[in-house]
Order: sequence, then structure tokens, then C-alpha cells
Amino acid sequence: MKIAVLAKQVPDTRNVGKDAMKDDGTVNRAALPAIFNPEDLHALEAALRLKEQTPETEIVLLTMGPVRAADILREGLFRGADGGVLLTDRKFAGADTLATSYAIARAMEKLNPDLIIAGRQAIDGDTAQVGPQVAEKLGMAQITYAEEIVACNGAEITVKRRLEHGVETVKGRLPLLVTVNASAPSCRPRNIRQTLKFKHAKTKSEIKALEEQAEKSQAAEDQEYLDFLHSRPFLNFSEWSADDIGGEETRFGLKGSPTKVKKIENVVFTAKESKRLSDSDADIEALVAELAANHTLG
Amino acid sequence: MNNIFVYCETEKAKIADVSLELLTKGRELAQRLGCKLEALVLGSGLDGVEKELYEYGADTVHVADDARLSPYLTLPHSAVVAGVFGEERPQIALFGASPLGRDLAPRVSSSLESGLTADCTSLEIGDHRDTKGKEYKDLLMQIRPAFGGNIIATIINPDCRPQMATVREGVMRKEKSAAPKTGELKRIDASKYLRDEDFVVSIIDRHIEERKINIKSAPVIVAGGYGVGSKENFALLFELADVLGGEVGASRAAVDAGFAEHARQVGQTGVTVRPKLYIACGISGQVQHTAGMQESAMIISINSDPDAPITRIADYAITGDLSTVIPKIIRHYKAHSK
Repeated sequence: MKIAVLAKQVPDTRNVGKDAMKDDGTVNRAALPAIFNPEDLHALEAALRLKEQTPETEIVLLTMGPVRAADILREGLFRGADGGVLLTDRKFAGADTLATSYAIARAMEKLNPDLIIAGRQAIDGDTAQVGPQVAEKLGMAQITYAEEIVACNGAEITVKRRLEHGVETVKGRLPLLVTVNASAPSCRPRNIRQTLKFKHAKTKSEIKALEEQAEKSQAAEDQEYLDFLHSRPFLNFSEWSADDIGGEETRFGLKGSPTKVKKIENVVFTAKESKRLSDSDADIEALVAELAANHTLG
Repeated sequence: MNNIFVYCETEKAKIADVSLELLTKGRELAQRLGCKLEALVLGSGLDGVEKELYEYGADTVHVADDARLSPYLTLPHSAVVAGVFGEERPQIALFGASPLGRDLAPRVSSSLESGLTADCTSLEIGDHRDTKGKEYKDLLMQIRPAFGGNIIATIINPDCRPQMATVREGVMRKEKSAAPKTGELKRIDASKYLRDEDFVVSIIDRHIEERKINIKSAPVIVAGGYGVGSKENFALLFELADVLGGEVGASRAAVDAGFAEHARQVGQTGVTVRPKLYIACGISGQVQHTAGMQESAMIISINSDPDAPITRIADYAITGDLSTVIPKIIRHYKAHSK
């Protein structure tokens, strides 16, 4: 069985520290660390558990983004994925969820997995749209909010879903797409053997950059490192451009995006008249009395 | 033609609150645009369901009553919704940002190749001029926090229809029409849209658990953030909530850290609340959180950082440690109410 895990590299928007704030009270996005989207790690774990049950399972991690997104592919390899695909092209830039789904769906057609697993949503957009949209583009069924893949025999899958009001167990025929909730098991840490094996894994663009550097420096060690990479083909993970996956150019990136951002307002916290109080008994007693007087507290 | 459609979610043939809230908003948008408001309900045993929808201002109610449409499954519902939208060509289509709506709406949007904006906190009608000078009249302005709540984005769909958006429960007000009238009931033959392949996923077990925690209707909410520090420290918040007759809420950071259950989460990705009193404990005040509580009648923040953003929207900002301040509030409240 071949499982594709969809992952995204995201800025860590959860903990915006003081360093990431600009003087005007807005967020300096460049200062946020780039991380593996948390729910996508849960998706990877779900795939790794299936591989434990059926060792001949192949897990391919796919991400779309700039070249630096290769970092999360390496992270996925360290934790047990068998291979990575970086989908990268300037033509994909500015894609909304629909154009993103179109590109990913094209890549899935090339990869031809039996099962696709993705995180429910990414923390930078919180839309939860890409999973269902990829499934629709592939004419596949979808099972969202998975908490546990109960069973999967390569033809059928049983999934426990976590909903607002309870739990639902569903069964579906493969191929289909599953999105995983944060309530699913967390991803295991890096595996030492895998980490040593894939430490130097590189994409085409990264190797190209190294070649240019070696050309410029003419240093023996740069050339040696390249020779080392070339002698180990498993260190080259796939990098696909728009041409590699085919499809209609007008459906990629900004051109293929029906939604447009009309306006972005940085959030600046506007001051309102607020009373400052200390933690002294006098202040708190006065507050309680005031709340009682204006009937906020009965 | 080109009206506003609201997909109405049902549970046991009862219309969900979020759908009634969307009809209330849809009514206002329809009036502004001079178009009609239409409701679309899918399920089974839906006799008489239209009455409540008329009360909320639906001019037309489309009902697909078919045993195969209940309980909800993604593919059959999206086949019918996309089919109906394909024929009716709505200019705007609204869905609740419930688990169901967030499962269904992206599927429909992909199949119609139209844009969808998730979790809007405000919907307005406005004009737009693009960079090439092309003018657009009366577009749906879909406003939502993004980037973890650090920016507010206004999203539009200039060229594709329907303009689709989801909105979370509690974000819009729910209000019956002041002048309700009986609309038109249109029955949909679901068989027209359903195929055998739409049933490749089936439900084998389902237990409905009513939401036990209901912070939405609590008059007082004592909410904790990451700054509370631990699940154990939340006990203090429960004590205060108990004394004040309220419920405990939490920020996303606190829920992510495992300090509180998801059902307590207040904010853009949780519930929106408007209590009489909101006490924010150790909450920094990211927009993602404040979007869900800023309409509280009274806000008190307790934070050791006097410059935390939350203090700027608070009516009272107490600088101090929770373990000192909360027991003092409890003590003085008890003394005062004697």
C-alpha cells in the first residue's frame, strides 16, 4: 500500500513572542520560526502506525512551498517516512486553497497513492479546506476529523472520527483521503537510524545551489560533498515543478485562485479607556463593590 | 435567480442555531442587495421544517427529504448541494463553520470551482476596483482574522459565483424577522443528483454526546490562557466561576497545551461568547481570542504583564498574580454578598 501524507511548513503563529512584534504593535512575520504544521505531524503518525501493521507500506510525504520547505520533508524522513516530494514552482505562488488543491491533486495523480492522509488544517490559515478539495478534485471520498485509523487492509479503511457532539466510526473503500485531528496520537520523535541516513537528503534545487557554490569556491571539500550526495541516490528527494505535474497553467497560483485578498489590516491593539488596578485588597474590594453596584454581579 | 442561499444544518430534523444565525445575516444582506433569501435543507423526516425558516426570513425553502440524506455523509450532501447551486446559480452561499459545514463547503466549492472563505467574523457588501481598474459592484466582503489572529483580512471573490463563506456558531446574531411571511416551498428530488459512488463511505457506529460544557449561555465566564501555567492551576478558575455562577473558558493556547477541554475554547476557532462579565486570566489577548469575547458587556483582565494586549480591551486591568488576585476576589465577593 502506498500512503501519501500531505504536510505544510507554517510560521509558528501560536506563540508570538515579544521578539516577533514590531514597534507599531504588528507582527513581524519574518521573525516567526517555520515549523511542521502540527496536525500534519499527527497525520504522519497515523501513516507510521499503518506501516507498523503492514511493513510493506510505503509512506511518501508531500509538501508544496518554497525550497526551504524541504526542511519538513527531512523532518518527516527522520521520523520514519520513506520518501519526500517537494512541489515547488513560482507558478504556484499566491495560491488560495482551491489553486493549492489543484496542484496537489495533480501531484497525487502522478504519485497514485491508495490512501492520502493530511492534517485537518494548518495553523497559518485555519481553513481546513485543502484536504476536502484535494479529495474532490481526485473524485475521492473523504473522511475528516480522524482521531484513529482503526483498521486498514489495503482495500477498506475504518476510521474513528471526533465530532463536536461525540464520536463516529465510519468505513470507506480506498482510495480515499483522511484528515487528522489534533486529538489523534502525537507523532513519535526522530528515529536515530533514519536521522543518520537522511541527514544529508537534498532536493534538486538545494543540490543545484551547492553546485553553484562549488563552482564559485573551487574548494575541494565542496566538490567532495557533492560527490558524496551523487553517490547516494536515496539522498535526492523528488522535486516537482508545474511542468512535472502537468495541468492547466491558469489553474495554478494566483491566476487559479478565485479568492483575492482585498485588504490586510495588521492588528494593532487599540487602547480603550481601562481602569488600572493593583492586586491590593483595597483595589479588589472596590472593584467587587463597583460590579455589584452596576449589577454585573448579582 | 442569483439569490443568497443558506445551507441549513439539521440534527434530528431540528435546524441548527448556526443556520438560523446565517439566515438572520442573510436577510440583511438580501435586503441590501435587493435579492431573495433561500434556505436549503437536506435530510429525512423534514415535514414542516420550512415554518421556522420562514420565521427567519427565508423567501424560498428548498427541501431534499430522502432517507439516504440522513445521517449526514459528505458525498451525498455535496452532490445535492452542488447540483442545486449549479441550477439556481446563487450569488452568495453561506454555511455554518461547524464540523459538518467545514467538511461540506470546501467540497462544494471545489466542485463548483468557486472560492470559499472559512470562519468569517463579519460579512458586508461593498464595491471593489482591481489593480487594472476594473470595477465590481456589490461584492461580498468576507472578513476574517488570519495568521493566528495577527492580521484581519478582507477576502473577495470577484469573478466566481457563488461567493461562499462559512461562519462559526455564535458569531452572528439570531433574530426572527420582524415581518415574517410564508414563503415558497420547493421539494428537491435527491435521486436526480445521487449516484451509487456517493455511498462508498458508511457510518457503522455513532454516539451522540450532547455538549456537556456550555459556555455560550453562561452569564459569567472566567477564562484562562497559557499564562495560567498548568491544568492544576485551572482549579482556581473553576473555584471563581463556581462562586460567581459562571463557566470556565480557555484560550486556544491553553487548550493546545492541554490545560482545558476544547469545548471551553473561546475565540475564532472556538466559540464566540457575549457574557455579562468576562474575566481573562493569564490571557495575552491575540485577536484570534478577542474576536470571540470582545462583545462581552464587561471585561476584566488579570495579568502579571501590565502591557499584555488584553489590557487594552479590558474595562478593568488588574496587574498581579492569579494565585493572589483570584482568592481575593472570591473573599471580597463572599463578604459583599452576605
